[in-house]
Amino acid sequence: MSEIKKIKNLKEFSTSADRFEGANLLCPGCAHSIIVREVLNATNDDLILAASTGCLEVCTAVYPYTSWDASWIHVGFENGSSAVAGAEAMYKALKTKGRLKQPDRTPKFVAFGGDGATYDIGFQWISGCFERGHNIMYVCLDNEVYANTGGQRSSSTPIGASATTTPAGSVSYGEKKNKKDMLAIMAAHGAPYVAQVAPNKWKDMVAKIQKGFAAEGPVYINAMSACTTEWKFAPEDTISISDLATDSLVFPLYEIIDGTQLNITYRPKNIIPVRDYLGAQGRFKHLFTKQYEYLIDEWQARVDAKWEYLQRREEASV
Amino acid sequence: MEKKGWDGFEIGAMLRSFEGAVSGIATILPEDRPYSASSSFTASVADWRIQKPLFNKDYCIDCQFCWVYCPDLSIISRDKKMVGIDFDHCKGCGICVQVCPTNPKSLLMFPEQIEEEVALAEWPTKNTSKATTEAKEE
Ligand SMILES: Cc1ncc(C[n+]2csc(CCOP(=O)(O)OP(=O)(O)O)c2C)c(N)n1
Ligand code: SF4
Ligand code: SF4
Ligand code: SF4
Ligand SMILES: [Mg+2]
Repeated sequence: MSEIKKIKNLKEFSTSADRFEGANLLCPGCAHSIIVREVLNATNDDLILAASTGCLEVCTAVYPYTSWDASWIHVGFENGSSAVAGAEAMYKALKTKGRLKQPDRTPKFVAFGGDGATYDIGFQWISGCFERGHNIMYVCLDNEVYANTGGQRSSSTPIGASATTTPAGSVSYGEKKNKKDMLAIMAAHGAPYVAQVAPNKWKDMVAKIQKGFAAEGPVYINAMSACTTEWKFAPEDTISISDLATDSLVFPLYEIIDGTQLNITYRPKNIIPVRDYLGAQGRFKHLFTKQYEYLIDEWQARVDAKWEYLQRREEASV
Repeated sequence: MEKKGWDGFEIGAMLRSFEGAVSGIATILPEDRPYSASSSFTASVADWRIQKPLFNKDYCIDCQFCWVYCPDLSIISRDKKMVGIDFDHCKGCGICVQVCPTNPKSLLMFPEQIEEEVALAEWPTKNTSKATTEAKEE
């Protein structure tokens, strides 16, 4: 077993030497990179990383530059999961054969993919990796849209969001389908650990990443990634929008262990109305008109129902 | 660095972040790393900025919020202290200013062209309308 990096508080965390570099081409204020930093800085172990096509991959591997200080591979949109799982399978084989040059090192295998790559296009590859039980961590950077190609809806896009393929206007309020519950789906694979995280709650995030690294088997992390460009808010507001998301319970923070034990890991002291979260983003602007305002109450009711459900699941431990 | 045309790429091109073999990079700070010309650390996005953050250490409580939330690795912290801004990699997003909890803030946005001494001279004093000096942990 590898040693878990000691991160008591933010001061201690700030002594980390990042293995991700600046002068990447992500938008100013992009949450993807805040998430990546928190994940990578949660360990000092070797890292073997993959990224599926999407903003993170496209902006951090612009020939002749790389922004990664660790082994990193990109293959396609759909297969960040299986790329890293292949590396992990090889590592296991070499270990079994006694052919590892430094057998005492304990590399961590991590794949990053956007919600498009995760909820839609790479879904069967992820499912396969989880079924085979690779010792990998899959991190979904969930900005609820295909950001890199200009904002098409994905199955993570929430009801009422205006996306380029579900535009809001006089005949439509935008996306009509509810966001897919990826956490439940991945927990149902029997994964030892799945969790939802948000970059503004760095301590909760780091604790979950460390738990995930310590788990044996495939781990799924759903990371809320506020996207200044597609959610339409000013770049300096990435953290305040993330606070609205976690404190309105639109993105509740919880974990599911061994597919059953659900723990809520963050309970806001003051739960704020979902309206405040929606109102801070241009993608929901049309909901604040006479025609569509009924949707805001429906939103609140959905969030309340989910929170109720999560609390009952936690109590019941099933 | 010499840039290649579309037909100059090697198949399965591999970019090395460092010159030669490096071990234990997770504990080596940027100033001690043997970056290769392929690392984006050696590039700059300074010309993306129209505004820049400036740092006034007189008010700083070293909470490190700016360090953890800067997307572009541009807050330089050493030995648990905030020491300055990396203007080669800062894109001027303004997150560090937003999350800085002191009153007045220890980080503020200024026009890109302003001289640091001028900015420090016109730094606002304590704003009593919203007292946010207490840093919240988390
Ligand atoms: C098989 C395949 N289909 C489509 C594309 C085009 N494409 C590249 S990036 C991208 C969007 C990525 O969206 P997401 O996974 O949500 O990541 P984000 O950019 O939002 O972080 C698309 C559709 C592709 N590269 N490969
Ligand atoms: S479009 Fe969104 S996810 Fe993509 S780089 Fe910009 S802020 Fe980040
Ligand atoms: S303005 Fe943005 S990129 Fe620059 S130091 Fe502050 S948080 Fe980092
Ligand atoms: S956020 Fe403000 S007070 Fe905290 S370390 Fe940064 S500059 Fe100092
Ligand atoms: Mg996306």
